[in-house]
Amino acid sequence: MTVNDTKQIDSSCRVPLLVLFGGAALWLVVGSLLALAASLTFHMPDKFGDCSWGTYGHLQPAADDALLYGFCIPAGLGVLLWIFARLGQTPLRGALVPVVAAHLWHLGVLVGLVGIFLGDSTGFTWLEFPRGGSALLFFAYLLLGLWALMNFSGRRDRGMFPSHWFLIAALFLFPWIYSTANILLVGWPVRGVVQAIVAWWFGNNLVFLWTSLVGIGAAFYFLPKFSGRPLHSYYYALFAFWTLLIFGSMRGVPVGAPVPAWLPTLSAMNSLFLVVPVMAIAVIGWKTVRGGAAAECKGGSFCMIKFGFVAFILSALLLVAVSCPQFGRVTQFTWFGAAQTQLQLYGFFSITMFGAIYYILPRAVGIEFAFPKLIRVQHWCAMLGVIIFVVSLVIGGVEQGLKLQDPHVAFADSTKAMLPFLRASTTGLLFMLLANLLFALNIFVMILAWKLSVAKALFAFVISPLTKSEVKV
Amino acid sequence: MKNGFVIFLAGFAVLVTSWGAFVLGPQLQLGRAKQVPILNSTDVYPINRPGEAAQGLQVYRANGCAACHTEQVQQDGVACEVVLASAGKNPAVVSNLLSTLKLNGLTEEEAQAAVDKITAAGGKVETHIVATGPDIARGWGLRHSVAEDFLYDFPVQPGSVRIGPDLAGVGSRSPGANVVLQHLYAPKSVVKDSAMPPFRYLFEVRKIGGAFSPDALNLPKEFAPAAGYEVVPKPEAKHLAAYLLSLHADVPLYDAPFTPAATAKP
Repeated sequence: MTVNDTKQIDSSCRVPLLVLFGGAALWLVVGSLLALAASLTFHMPDKFGDCSWGTYGHLQPAADDALLYGFCIPAGLGVLLWIFARLGQTPLRGALVPVVAAHLWHLGVLVGLVGIFLGDSTGFTWLEFPRGGSALLFFAYLLLGLWALMNFSGRRDRGMFPSHWFLIAALFLFPWIYSTANILLVGWPVRGVVQAIVAWWFGNNLVFLWTSLVGIGAAFYFLPKFSGRPLHSYYYALFAFWTLLIFGSMRGVPVGAPVPAWLPTLSAMNSLFLVVPVMAIAVIGWKTVRGGAAAECKGGSFCMIKFGFVAFILSALLLVAVSCPQFGRVTQFTWFGAAQTQLQLYGFFSITMFGAIYYILPRAVGIEFAFPKLIRVQHWCAMLGVIIFVVSLVIGGVEQGLKLQDPHVAFADSTKAMLPFLRASTTGLLFMLLANLLFALNIFVMILAWKLSVAKALFAFVISPLTKSEVKV
Repeated sequence: MKNGFVIFLAGFAVLVTSWGAFVLGPQLQLGRAKQVPILNSTDVYPINRPGEAAQGLQVYRANGCAACHTEQVQQDGVACEVVLASAGKNPAVVSNLLSTLKLNGLTEEEAQAAVDKITAAGGKVETHIVATGPDIARGWGLRHSVAEDFLYDFPVQPGSVRIGPDLAGVGSRSPGANVVLQHLYAPKSVVKDSAMPPFRYLFEVRKIGGAFSPDALNLPKEFAPAAGYEVVPKPEAKHLAAYLLSLHADVPLYDAPFTPAATAKP
């Protein structure tokens, strides 16, 4: 592949990526502002009682959904489009379709978030968006996914790489679970506790499996690239892929849920077996990166993707830990769960996406970032923020769980004991907000610079004198 | 590409299996669930929530109450309890015997042994089944939550985190609608250490017209509005209170047995 080919492939993704990542950066900031506002409820509960949208029950679901649907999914889809183009050595064709789909997606997120604040939330965790928002999201995803698959099938390099498996599986996973959940929970709701089971199944498949497939798929593309060594190895990756898909998709019902006992048991068993794909993935990462030629990271993309990779392993190990009944009983209904989710969505997925986007965007747009030094600051803020948040809530969650398990401790004491940990987690959220602002700053300035360059080119074209050949004499 | 097709097919098979296990399976098992008989009773459970409470569930959903509250009581297991029904002709002997025996937290065999001893001494006893576990000890419920508790609810919101206490049995332990409404308006006026934000927007503070509104909250001084004003719940607040008071997951069922207090009286 010549340099020109690569340039052509990169620039073919330019407009869809700018729309996907631009909107994602906006929702990322919105989400972390909402999360910060939600966490302030714990420090001054009396201040939030005069309007409905200011309460925790509105802010927290909105913050979670803004991070997952607003940032994670569009960022993942953008990275996926670009990796497909690069691996297939084929420029993206029909870039208009993903651009339209991306706009629809971001509109869907807006509709959904407004719906939550108006009290139209569906009441199911991770599926709060009312049906208007969900429908927009679904069709936008279908459009973008089909387009990605068409581009995939028309690729020049007919090879099928490990990244392809992970990304294609994720591409299929979302419409499958999202349509099931929306039909059975919102459209024609099933009866009773089956609703809760479907919601748990959906939440796990989206928050854990989808993000794992996309994040690891991206890492399996970038880690070999940065370390200058091939992925170790094809068969390890195949094994990791299968076991992740099998054990990762069949879990999600918590211990002690008011459902037939086989469901939590099956979930816990598969959570325990997650240790298999996690170990395989850890070995792949270690053997690929160790001793690589270009293995230096100065707070750039490589560094972020490595951090995300480690965060994935830790996040999955937290799930494994919770599958042990003695430990799971203590941590259920505590802040531990929120810590694990944040580690998965932010520590692993978002930071991996930051790394990928910092690498992709300058190449696709052909403009360098305006503030390259801020990338390093952003990385440190994001890392510090997520570490403070997760460590404080994991420890706090265990403490809270031990207090809840002891009936002689008054309930109010279990809440009070959480306050110092919640203060720490709010500090973590502040760092993450700062990181997200810096990220958005670089992305927005780049979009502005690109729009300016387009306008300049257009202007130059309009006022340029006609060439001789076009003038009739 | 051949490889690709195999991988695609197998991936599809995994997703179908997952869907079968967690969507189709539960639907086949529970999708047509009906009311179940209450143990030792001719009544069935659950009954549909009355109109106001059903509307209140929608207020609960719209305000995201499940972000902080669970509705699922947990249980470690069951234990037997031996309760004396009558001392018989030899109260002194029975009383002496009782003081030497362990009567709570017994297994079935231990309970039977205790029953045999007391019966031999002439006393009459009953064996009760009680649920055990920290949630039960806190008084949040008499048994663990089961699928039947949610049969007629939409949406079902079991919750995942206990920033606030479990609500599965709040209707059984609450003193009544007035206290629930006061708790919603000013949580700290009911529970001193409450971390719950007040839901003042569900209430209206208005000037007292001719007479007090019959709905007006009776608030302690430091939470009361300025003189001449009263706090009246909006319909949403009343519905929410009705829903909360309709939460009693406290009847014995086949899959969650215990001996209810009503039959425990001799």
